[in-house]
Amino acid sequence: MRISRRILAGLATASLAVTATSCGGGGTSGSFDDTVTVGILHSLSGTMAISESTLVDTEKMAIEEINAAGGVKVGGKSYKIEYIVEDGASDWPTFAEKSKKLIDQDGVPVVFGGWTSASRKAMLPVYESKDAFLYYPIQYEAQECSNNIFYTGATPNQQSEPATDFMYKRSPAAGGDFFLVGSDYVFPRTSNTITKAQVKQLGGKVVGEDYLPLGNTEVAPIISKIKKALPEGGIIINTLNGDQNVAFFKQIQDAGITPSSGYYVMNYSIAEEEISTIGPEFLEGHYGAWNYMMSIDTPASKKFAASFKKRWGADRVVADPQESAYNMVYLWKQAVEDAGTFDDNAVREALVGQKFDAPQGPVEVMPNHHLSQTVRIGEINAEGGFTILEETGVVLPQAWNQKHPSSKGFACDWTDPSKGEKYKL
Amino acid sequence: MELLLDSLFNGVAIGSVLLVAALGLAIVFGLMGVINLAHGELMMLGAYTTYVTQLIFKLPILKPFYNSYIIVSIFLAFIVSGVVGILLEKTIIRKLYGSPLETLLATWGVSLILQQFVRSVPLAYGTGLIISLLIGLFLPTTFPSKIKESINFKYFKFSSWIFAALTGVLTGNIISSSVSKLSRASARNVDVTAPSWMRGQVEIIGTAFPKTRLMIIVITLISVVAITLFLNQSAWGMRIRAVTQNRQMSDCLGISTEKVDIITFGIGSGLAGVAGVAVSLLGSVGPNVGGNYIVGCFMVVVLGGVGNLLGTVLASFGIGIMTDLIGAGRLLSIWPDMPLPLSNTINFFATTSMARVMIFALIVIFLQFKPTGLFPQKGRMVES
Repeated sequence: MRISRRILAGLATASLAVTATSCGGGGTSGSFDDTVTVGILHSLSGTMAISESTLVDTEKMAIEEINAAGGVKVGGKSYKIEYIVEDGASDWPTFAEKSKKLIDQDGVPVVFGGWTSASRKAMLPVYESKDAFLYYPIQYEAQECSNNIFYTGATPNQQSEPATDFMYKRSPAAGGDFFLVGSDYVFPRTSNTITKAQVKQLGGKVVGEDYLPLGNTEVAPIISKIKKALPEGGIIINTLNGDQNVAFFKQIQDAGITPSSGYYVMNYSIAEEEISTIGPEFLEGHYGAWNYMMSIDTPASKKFAASFKKRWGADRVVADPQESAYNMVYLWKQAVEDAGTFDDNAVREALVGQKFDAPQGPVEVMPNHHLSQTVRIGEINAEGGFTILEETGVVLPQAWNQKHPSSKGFACDWTDPSKGEKYKL
Repeated sequence: MELLLDSLFNGVAIGSVLLVAALGLAIVFGLMGVINLAHGELMMLGAYTTYVTQLIFKLPILKPFYNSYIIVSIFLAFIVSGVVGILLEKTIIRKLYGSPLETLLATWGVSLILQQFVRSVPLAYGTGLIISLLIGLFLPTTFPSKIKESINFKYFKFSSWIFAALTGVLTGNIISSSVSKLSRASARNVDVTAPSWMRGQVEIIGTAFPKTRLMIIVITLISVVAITLFLNQSAWGMRIRAVTQNRQMSDCLGISTEKVDIITFGIGSGLAGVAGVAVSLLGSVGPNVGGNYIVGCFMVVVLGGVGNLLGTVLASFGIGIMTDLIGAGRLLSIWPDMPLPLSNTINFFATTSMARVMIFALIVIFLQFKPTGLFPQKGRMVES
């Protein structure tokens, strides 16, 4: 009996030690005057864990880098950043609940978190009611502009619009008809509404669209529709999510829908991470559009990829969402230092206009809480990366899309109290 | 003609995925009346077995036989899922016969455990564990009856489990050190690549058919034929049917119902493993792969009539053909100049999401008129 109690006590201390180290936050040597604890909120379990855990890794790395360089300097004092990682569990109400916990119980000045639009929509009311601040790192459908969220991913005009333009004008299938495939939720449907409006403007034709319910991997009916709608090949715009892409590409290749027979797929949700999961042999010759691609040949990009590999393993890759997550941690640090305080409102004001030499090139925070970014179109190659074909200049973000019928002619500006979330241009 | 052929093939292709997935459930749920919510996870184990087999066949010694790994993995998947199913029956389900609600909850719990297991245990050690289970469960049954009957049999049993554990640890370590991809736990979805002879298409009467789809149809056909032969021609099949019809009477007549339960459940689970091989050819392999199919499986079994294989076969092909007919808007191409309101309705349902809604609605309506499915069971159920 005594022994078993001892073992239990030992186990308890051991598990406490494990939790302490896992929650306590990384950091290297160096002397700091004080610490500041930030919140990291992504799914570490459930379907989204595969993608979101890479963001946690990147955010940890960015925080460690900042700490190694002396931490955050506010009012002459240096602060070491510590973090609390919470698991959103791929369940949207959990994201809201954990946000409340981080804000009320842990009192963090900022939360880095989210991936799916559904999780963001669930968290938004929490941050607005508590006037707290969420940094959200994913390319998304826009049509939203909250004073309490800072969006570092691309808006449709920074990803899908240049991509559609490329496909219709300069791809091997230029001038061809469009077929739109997506998962059945808000991002693909909004993105495709914009694409349809744009294709119409360009003078092209959308000959069909279909949405696969999340979790469904039966693509046979979609394949027969594509073959019927595009018998001689054409352009396919793909906004499928996660592992549905695997089913889609395996099955279309077997059905003979390949670049060599004139079908070119433009993907908005396939980055380096997904290419390695799906297998480059299924994707070679298709396209992707992102702000950051691992193959960007600049010192900043190479350094980002190298430090990530050094920190998390040589077989790991970096991709666009991770770059956005990396940028947002640094932008927060700069804004805090400029504001001279961790206070939300002061940081929010200092945030707009922050510039950062990101791995993708220079980015700047715009008054609508989105980032100005560079857009790149790449062809997927046999090595599992992108061969960059085109690179735009810096593109300004549109929180309210100018091609979507419901938001045409509107914009967002949080620096001017008279304009705010949605004002007429 | 070509259109009809194409549509029929698509329907059969979709249906055969449903059928191969539901076949094991038709046995377990249909014959034994056990609601096994972990059926999808047994499929997932089969899919992971395919993945592991694929990687092991990439090792230098087995490289020359790489092209045949998919055939080998069908048998391995049957064994792996079967063994896990037998363990499940021996430890959990056996204690819960006659209480369907508790079975439902317990097997759902098992499904969560299995999902988390593949996420957090390196596949190499998972393989080792399966090998230990295999040896531990079957080694004692191979002992001569003299030992089996002796009073010290429990020591023999115990030592064979020790041997099993050691072999498991050893194989786990060997695999983990020779295939680096299997040595680390990962929640990431993995990918099974069909060997080159199974990629691409074949042309039959002017229409091109994807080879993987044909392969799945063949796997399904073989499974259905094999299981029908087993149930109707073999001695054990006869015993299974006897126990299904009247458990007490079979028990009185000297049939070991315990053994029958184990075999039935083992075969049902093994078939789930075979289904796992089939679905791994279509999409990616991940912890959630089974969950995507479980609802469809129950739907097929209920629609076909619980406990009837022919019903299951017809139900899955029926659903497959309907899915293609509605989802791809086939009626429009068969009858292009139909009245506008009708064609608009058909167009509305001609997306994958809406086709699903429509199919479910049709099944609900059908079950209103025939609540026991296409072919209702006439005999007595296990528990009655």
